[in-house]
Amino acid sequence: MSLLEISGLSISFGGLNAVSNFSLTMEKGHLYGLIGPNGAGKTTIFNMLTGVYKPTGGKILLDGENITGKNPEFISKAGIARTFQNIRLFDALSVLDNVKAGLHNRISYGMMTGIFRTPVYSRKENEMTEKAFEILKIFELDEKADLKASQLPYGQQRKLEIARALATDPKLLLLDEPAAGMNPNETAELMQTVRSVRDQFGIAILLIEHDMKFVMGICENITVLDYGKIIACGDPASVRSNPKVISAYLGGN
Amino acid sequence: MGTKRLGKYSKKYSEYISAFGVVIIFYIIVQIMAAAHVLTSSFAGQLIPVCAYAIMAVSLNLTVGILGELSLGHAGFMSVGAFSGVLVYTNFSAFMPAWAAMLCAIVTGAVTAGVFGILVGVPVLRLSGDYLAIVTLAFGEIIKNLLNAMYLGVDSAGVHISFKDAASMKLAPNGKTLINGALGITGIHKASTFTLGIVLLLITLIVILNLIHSRSGRAIMAIRDNEIAAQSIGIDLTKYKLMAFVTSAVFAGVAGVLYALNYSTLVATKFNYNTSIQVLVFVVLGGMGNITGSVIAAAVLTVLPEILRVMKDYRMLIYSIVLIIMMIFNQGPQMIAWRKRFISKIRENHSTGKEEH
Repeated sequence: MSLLEISGLSISFGGLNAVSNFSLTMEKGHLYGLIGPNGAGKTTIFNMLTGVYKPTGGKILLDGENITGKNPEFISKAGIARTFQNIRLFDALSVLDNVKAGLHNRISYGMMTGIFRTPVYSRKENEMTEKAFEILKIFELDEKADLKASQLPYGQQRKLEIARALATDPKLLLLDEPAAGMNPNETAELMQTVRSVRDQFGIAILLIEHDMKFVMGICENITVLDYGKIIACGDPASVRSNPKVISAYLGGN
Repeated sequence: MGTKRLGKYSKKYSEYISAFGVVIIFYIIVQIMAAAHVLTSSFAGQLIPVCAYAIMAVSLNLTVGILGELSLGHAGFMSVGAFSGVLVYTNFSAFMPAWAAMLCAIVTGAVTAGVFGILVGVPVLRLSGDYLAIVTLAFGEIIKNLLNAMYLGVDSAGVHISFKDAASMKLAPNGKTLINGALGITGIHKASTFTLGIVLLLITLIVILNLIHSRSGRAIMAIRDNEIAAQSIGIDLTKYKLMAFVTSAVFAGVAGVLYALNYSTLVATKFNYNTSIQVLVFVVLGGMGNITGSVIAAAVLTVLPEILRVMKDYRMLIYSIVLIIMMIFNQGPQMIAWRKRFISKIRENHSTGKEEH
């Protein structure tokens, strides 16, 4: 049984078929790239995978469990976490609290425990703080734990988003353009981080990215999307030389 | 890193210290003034309303500042709390000690307001957007008009209710009118005391600050900062929005009981749109999400109109100037920077002073 099995996934908005008949299979520990020109439907697929959009057709199986059309909370608990194309952090919360928010369902206690400050409260909070620092250390953000998320430089905000997603203990991590807006040094550093996250956490990562060096350098498999349809699929070398891919990106016949 | 973690904790506790400090200092000053017989009667009359409005402001801050939803009907929850609490108090105090009746009244006021909070919140908080503002605005007006038109009485046959006039209640001659329409509830035994007000305010502060600094509070603030991201990490939006909103309503109900039992008559029109906006002004001027600020703003802006009575025609002019000054002091970027410098200076002096010892 594969970790993620998507078959025949489709969605249409009115008359527009944004994604049609999308299929993909991912194994545990896989690093998978999803590329395509702007408007190809990549983020739409992420939104269907995380329950933001309800697919109009097809099936998504995570670890054998059918998660098609479930709500985002359910899917988060089932084991899919994501980052966003335009960074979505909890700006007014501290870096530490952003990650602790990610631990919400993993280490939990009730409202009354919080209000009456029972011993459970301090035990669970300490547990959360420790766990959060563990994750922050991987991204070298532990020194900045007390800063507000909005005070971080751009590159570190991207990292914090990944840290927060990892805090939910996912089986599958979806990264939506993680290298967008980064300089070549930061991109190279991010490649290292993504790889080490995969190795350390043993999770599968599906990523959307426009930076070809990044995608080709890191992904074992790549699916290319154009106008909502798969036009190519395979390892980086075969995708790179595929004439359909070249024409989708550069135009021409 | 150790010191940084420590810094985080001292910052967290400073919020408790400043909030409790302000309330306790206020209490001590009033007690000293009372002992020295310099407490004017007009000022003494404002003490319980100050506590009630401070509770209102702190609780509304939970909805507006922490959850980030706009509520324009907070007075509506105060109103249902006040009416239910007063009814319980006047009926229970006949056969139980005053403190027990008071406790029952406060609990009833809190529960009733909480139930109305759920009734308003469940349908509205499932939606995102400005719907809460619209619905709470309507709720406040509806409650006010309903209570204003309500006649409630009790006799040996049971409870009678009418929305037309006192006669159509068909009350037996020996029956007792509880709510007399627009005249409201009359002949209330004044049971609220300043000390009770301070205690209730402190309880409100503890509960709301504890809630904010817990897993639930983190979820509520995460929703405020980014709903989509909060949902993506598995936070149940409706549950936590409702938690904040209902807690806020519960304390508005408590404030209502405290407020109503300070006067001999209770009329529904007191809790109108203006009262809701007034409380919102306290929250905004005190700083959204700033709990201590809400307490200070509520106290200053409740007492101020009374103090300014001597200015006669210029009263509202001065009042609005004070509002503008408070706004600049609290929200002006230059003022915030100046305050930060000032605080860090104090801290520096404090720490060097310690080393010398």
